[in-house]
Amino acid sequence: MIVVQPIPLAAIKEHSLSIFPDECCGFLFGFEQSDGTRIISKIEKVNNSKDGDKRRRFEITGRDYMLAEKFALENDFLLLGIYHSHPNHPAIPSEHDRVAAQPYFSYIIVSVMQGQIDHIRSWQLNDASQFEEEIFSPVQLNQSI
Amino acid sequence: MATVIIPTPLRKFTNQTARLQVEAGTVGEIIDRITLDFPELKKHLLDQQGGIRSFVNIFAGDDDIRDLQKEKTPVNNSTVISIVPAIAGGKH
Repeated sequence: MIVVQPIPLAAIKEHSLSIFPDECCGFLFGFEQSDGTRIISKIEKVNNSKDGDKRRRFEITGRDYMLAEKFALENDFLLLGIYHSHPNHPAIPSEHDRVAAQPYFSYIIVSVMQGQIDHIRSWQLNDASQFEEEIFSPVQLNQSI
Repeated sequence: MATVIIPTPLRKFTNQTARLQVEAGTVGEIIDRITLDFPELKKHLLDQQGGIRSFVNIFAGDDDIRDLQKEKTPVNNSTVISIVPAIAGGKH
């Protein structure tokens, strides 16, 4: 399960809407509980560096990635994954997403339909390099906010 | 010894170690050393010809080694090497 705390979740939604109809992207930081639940407590927006059609593609530069790993190490976070948006498209990973995906990472996808957040889903590669959906929750079940 | 920062997706192959200290003179020697010590890293870092995979970027400090001397880029005790996976995707 992946839990995104309210402030980072609001930031992901805001980023997805502000960049629409292009794809946005960013980093997910947080920690893992002993039961494997991932808690996302911070996100970092990053520039979609894709040359060409940003309405259906995103790319993150190596330099931005390097800085994200350093930020995580220096601030006792784990870099747990990537979020990106699918403008006017369901939050289902494409073959292009799958081929470029990293093991271990969570991939949160935000579906933005006609300028409105439609739904959010999260995915992880399994050992056969296929995406499996992970349970996505905006808050932890035992968490009071 | 140079410091190597292992990205989170590859830490399961380094016993969850985020930073490795490696005695080496070049980036190529560092890659040789860590793939020897952690053999499961090899298929994620190297292609079948033994070169660095196109999906993997190696930074020495703030610079991509492709802009320096590639695997022959020299390192010293203060060099920080970052292994950086390519991150991309898109809806279709």
